[in-house]
Amino acid sequence: MPTAMIDTSTVATHPLFGRLTLESFPYHEPIVVATFVAVVLGGIALVAALSYFRLWGYLWKEWFTTVDHKRIGIMYMVLGLIMLLRGFADAIMMRLQQAIAFGGSEGYLNAHHYDQIFTAHGVIMIFFVAMPFVTGLMNYVVPLQIGARDVSFPFLNNFSFWMTVGGAVLIMVSLFVGEFARTGWLAYPPLSNIAYSPETGVDYYIWALQIAGVGTTLSGINLICTIVKMRAPGMTMMKMPVFTWTSLCTNVLIVASFPILTATLVLLSLDRYVGTNFFTNDLGGSPMMYVNLIWIWGHPEVYILILPVFGIFSEVTSTFSGKKLFGYTSMVYATVVITILSYLVWLHHFFTMGSGASVNSFFGITTMIISIPTGAKIFNWLFTMYRGRIRYELPMMWTVAFMLTFVIGGMTGVLLAVPPADFVLHNSLFLIAHFHNVIIGGVLFGLFAGIYYWWPKAFGFRLEPFWGKVSFWCWVIGFYFAFMPLYVLGLMGVTRRLRVFEDPSLQIWFQIAAFGAVLIAAGIGAFLVQIAVSVWKRRELVDRTGDPWDGRTLEWATSSPPPDYNFAFTPMIHDNDAWWDMKKRGYKRPLGGFRAIHMPSNSGTGVILAGISVVLGFALVWYIWWLAAVSFVALLAAAIHHTFNYHRDFHIPADVVVRTENERTRLLSGQV
Amino acid sequence: MTRFRTLALLPLMAALSGCNLVVMSPSGDVASQQANLITISTLLMLLIIVPVMVLTVLFAWRYRQSNSTAKYDPDWDHSTQLELVIWAAPLLIIICLGALTWMATHLLDPYRPLDRIAAGRPVPADAKTLDVNVVALDWKWLFIYPEYGIATVNEVAAPVDRPIRFSITSSTVMNSFYIPALAGQIYAMAGMETKLHAVINEPGSFKGFSANYSGAGFSHMRFTFHGLAGDGFDKWVADIRAGGGTLDRNGYLQLERPSENEPVRRYGSVDPGLFKAIVGMCVEPGKMCMHDMAAIDAKGGLGLAGIDNVMPLMHDKRVRRGTAVLGPAPVYVAGICSTEELTGRVVESVGGPNAPIESSPISGAGLPRSSFTPISAPAPVFGPRTTANP
Amino acid sequence: MTMTTTLTAERSRAQQAPVFHVADEHAHPEGSSTMLGFWIYLMSDCLIFAVLFATYGVLGGNYAAGPAPKDLFDLPLVALNTAMLLFSSITYGFAMLAMEKGRVSQTQLWLAVTGLFGAAFLAIELYEFAHFIHLGATPQRSAFLSSFFTLVGTHGLHVTFGLVWLVTLMVQVNKRGLIPANRRRLMCLSLFWHFLDVIWIGVFTFVYLMGMLR
Repeated sequence: MPTAMIDTSTVATHPLFGRLTLESFPYHEPIVVATFVAVVLGGIALVAALSYFRLWGYLWKEWFTTVDHKRIGIMYMVLGLIMLLRGFADAIMMRLQQAIAFGGSEGYLNAHHYDQIFTAHGVIMIFFVAMPFVTGLMNYVVPLQIGARDVSFPFLNNFSFWMTVGGAVLIMVSLFVGEFARTGWLAYPPLSNIAYSPETGVDYYIWALQIAGVGTTLSGINLICTIVKMRAPGMTMMKMPVFTWTSLCTNVLIVASFPILTATLVLLSLDRYVGTNFFTNDLGGSPMMYVNLIWIWGHPEVYILILPVFGIFSEVTSTFSGKKLFGYTSMVYATVVITILSYLVWLHHFFTMGSGASVNSFFGITTMIISIPTGAKIFNWLFTMYRGRIRYELPMMWTVAFMLTFVIGGMTGVLLAVPPADFVLHNSLFLIAHFHNVIIGGVLFGLFAGIYYWWPKAFGFRLEPFWGKVSFWCWVIGFYFAFMPLYVLGLMGVTRRLRVFEDPSLQIWFQIAAFGAVLIAAGIGAFLVQIAVSVWKRRELVDRTGDPWDGRTLEWATSSPPPDYNFAFTPMIHDNDAWWDMKKRGYKRPLGGFRAIHMPSNSGTGVILAGISVVLGFALVWYIWWLAAVSFVALLAAAIHHTFNYHRDFHIPADVVVRTENERTRLLSGQV
Repeated sequence: MTRFRTLALLPLMAALSGCNLVVMSPSGDVASQQANLITISTLLMLLIIVPVMVLTVLFAWRYRQSNSTAKYDPDWDHSTQLELVIWAAPLLIIICLGALTWMATHLLDPYRPLDRIAAGRPVPADAKTLDVNVVALDWKWLFIYPEYGIATVNEVAAPVDRPIRFSITSSTVMNSFYIPALAGQIYAMAGMETKLHAVINEPGSFKGFSANYSGAGFSHMRFTFHGLAGDGFDKWVADIRAGGGTLDRNGYLQLERPSENEPVRRYGSVDPGLFKAIVGMCVEPGKMCMHDMAAIDAKGGLGLAGIDNVMPLMHDKRVRRGTAVLGPAPVYVAGICSTEELTGRVVESVGGPNAPIESSPISGAGLPRSSFTPISAPAPVFGPRTTANP
Repeated sequence: MTMTTTLTAERSRAQQAPVFHVADEHAHPEGSSTMLGFWIYLMSDCLIFAVLFATYGVLGGNYAAGPAPKDLFDLPLVALNTAMLLFSSITYGFAMLAMEKGRVSQTQLWLAVTGLFGAAFLAIELYEFAHFIHLGATPQRSAFLSSFFTLVGTHGLHVTFGLVWLVTLMVQVNKRGLIPANRRRLMCLSLFWHFLDVIWIGVFTFVYLMGMLR
């Protein structure tokens, strides 16, 4: 029975609306409509509340246009959290579908919807959850750790953030206008090419990633410059905190890999828009070229996510064990080795594409070699705990959970790097279990450790521990319930991205996995409750010292939250645990001699440029050529206009600094 | 901490007791070797994973803050011996695993003809490899048996203990050909041919499917693989032959249109040149085959004249095909062989059997251009060039 | 200065109280990271070209039974084109020399000459493209042509943006003279312009010269 499909090859483009018609709105998909109604109601409520409390001016002046790395960092975290909810909604829908679509049941999602969901889940979780979280933490913490007042290019930082938001907005738009890609998160051609995906989905995919990619690349350049150029005096490379080291390597990876993604997507869009033959089957094109290129970006991307998190674990383990980090030097070299090796392994994602045995073994073995420095890191954390005094605060709980979980994911990863084993496990649910094991068990656990660790620094009060523990146990147990069954299913020969199943003996495993997903949902819920409860009880949980964990690195030397200028005086560093060293040797906080501090000024250009980019992306997705042309010219004009503004800085007057510092003195002495 | 470790192991233990882990207990020799490799690698890695997990739990417990009896050494951050161990131990394991990988990857290379049909049973000298041509279509599988001149859809069979050579391609998007009980998977890609060697050692029916997402009908893109013992296979072939039905090029063009949930179909006879034409993406009459195009390109293309040797892609078989909005209408390169060849067999190569073997012509400034003269091409079919998008 | 302070502090660690902050500090000079940042940006741009070169390397021989480089390329024209771009780099160098001496009008003059050479380069490239398309050798005809047009076209697009930037900077120099911010911008554009030159030499060698030998 041939499936009825609309022949879109002759789709007309309206001069005003491009290919946008009433049919483009998925009003016939009840789930989408319900979501849309919920989003609209929520949006109206939010807008009304903001207007009622007259917060728009405050938000615009203090947050949207800010160039303060701390506020931008926090905004990245907010973006990541919002997108986590969207990405997780997709996840739980998939789990539900797979748990019920047995015995002739089609489940509750048709192929058109389901295929969008798993694509959106992957894209959102990687690009708009993990990346903003990681970038947000780096943004917040790195300048503080190196004793700087801001990043090298504060305006660029704001612009990068808004471009990331722009990409996220475009993906969210695809939920309600048109559709998202139905290709899997890496959009392999020929499937993603115009011949087989003529609808708007892949175009949304391309432009969302391109817009966000600009932001990511620029923020990578920014942080490299910051770390290289803005370190406090005395902080040599080998005295940098480990988190700063891993951030440096991460940003090197970003700068060295995101341009590859950009170029690859440009080629794909040329194929789709102009009809070139890069990745087509015919006329000399080669889809395999795309697969290679996308993974030359894609594999380093994995390390972009995990390296900063390794840094977080290093900071947390050392702080909560009350000990210097074991093997700092080998930790640094391990990070650098991983950075370099991450470019030599991309082919392990497609051993099954028919490369020769020697090529496959080469890439298999290079992949295994990465496990050596990674293993060394695990041992270093282990021996940091050895002979320590471990305090089981939430960050440390997440760290121990990580160490136990991540080694399992690491082991299955090395297993998948053995090409003949990969032939039977490639694309199976075993693979899905593996990468969720390292991304949830590694990246996400680490992000939670980082969030709990630095939250008091950012907001001046700790997160309430009870709900945090509820969230922790839900997440950890939920993770095992959700993904251990997938390992089993993988060994039962079940492949990924299936929508319906025939074999009834599989169902129980999918039901266990769905139960795990529900537990994780509870974990997310508990986390949100925890934030609410903590804000409510912020006076009880307040941190007046600026150093709630008895920290070791420089960010704990300043107040919580830090003043706009971070440090009244630039610190001088003598040891890689700079703040620990200062405390040990009787550092006295200066109480006078403050001066005016030179700072960058806010700018709304970032918001404007990103906003125009979203319009441009939307116009290109829908073939609205006039709008594309207008927004492109506007983009160029706004960018050029911005360069005519030479007044981009100001001084915080000395009396403001004095007032701020006196307030801190008062807090420290406990007279509140 | 121990609590969730136990929890982690629970599903695994349950799994070992009760369900069909086909990947770990397959019925074909190649897959068995792959399963063994998984077991050996896992054990090898557990040598280091288990101590790490035990130490983590041990240290996490022993050095908790409330345990004041444990030693506290806040400034101890380096030990050369220990560093050597923590780098060397994973290194040693990876050396072993690397050596194992190198050997296994070469031994189990899907392109390599089998040298044994089971452990300790080399391939008999008189064994004739069974050729099966596999085509991934939207969204079903076509199998052609060149030796028997039959074809099937969504069903494939092979005699027990006879080496099989799958030649795999796709008509449109990427798929992955995978029968877990038989052997590992390999991608199916349009215009290309991948190979997989395998053997089935036990009779039975096994599941096969596409292991690479390929669009809307992907979930139903399944087939059954029958391992047939004794004369079961010959009977199966005879049944299909007796059932009649022919798969010719037109039939194929009908078949390859997208469809889901296809039932098993059988064809008692099949166009002998069909598979080669599918790989060459030239089943449609008048289209130049990929291998011919590659041969022409290796000799420097067809020059400016070749620009016009295209035909508009009018009669396209795929209803789901879209067109680049800013580009001209899609075209295909017209074949330049004679009509007899088009309707009959596909030419072996551009040069024909008597042409000198010359794959890389010496070329360069000052040297004469290697000319391309198609044999038996009386009148090249130059189609009208398509005009640009209106 | 800070280095020596640090060293002193290190040495005197045992005897006296160490110094933990800079009492008398000067703000980071504005734009101190700009050149490094711009270099890193150029390297990331270089990777985009690396992808395009790699794609050309892989697909450049897939003519789809259509024309090959030697059927299309006109080396004398490309040589002229190359000369335009190389001249523009030299004249940009002169502009920078004038800038070093603080001569505004001379700088502007050389910048204008650079812009003219750049525009000439673009015009010739566009003529070449138009000629190919007129012949029917469009980017859609084969993977070779797709990768050729994209590689060369991306370089051309960079030159176009370089020209827009150049004009913008000329206006800014006109308005504010050779102030440090403008000098820094001119330095960045200089790096960018020479970078495009280097890329073009790669294109000329790898695409055009080696294409004729193919």
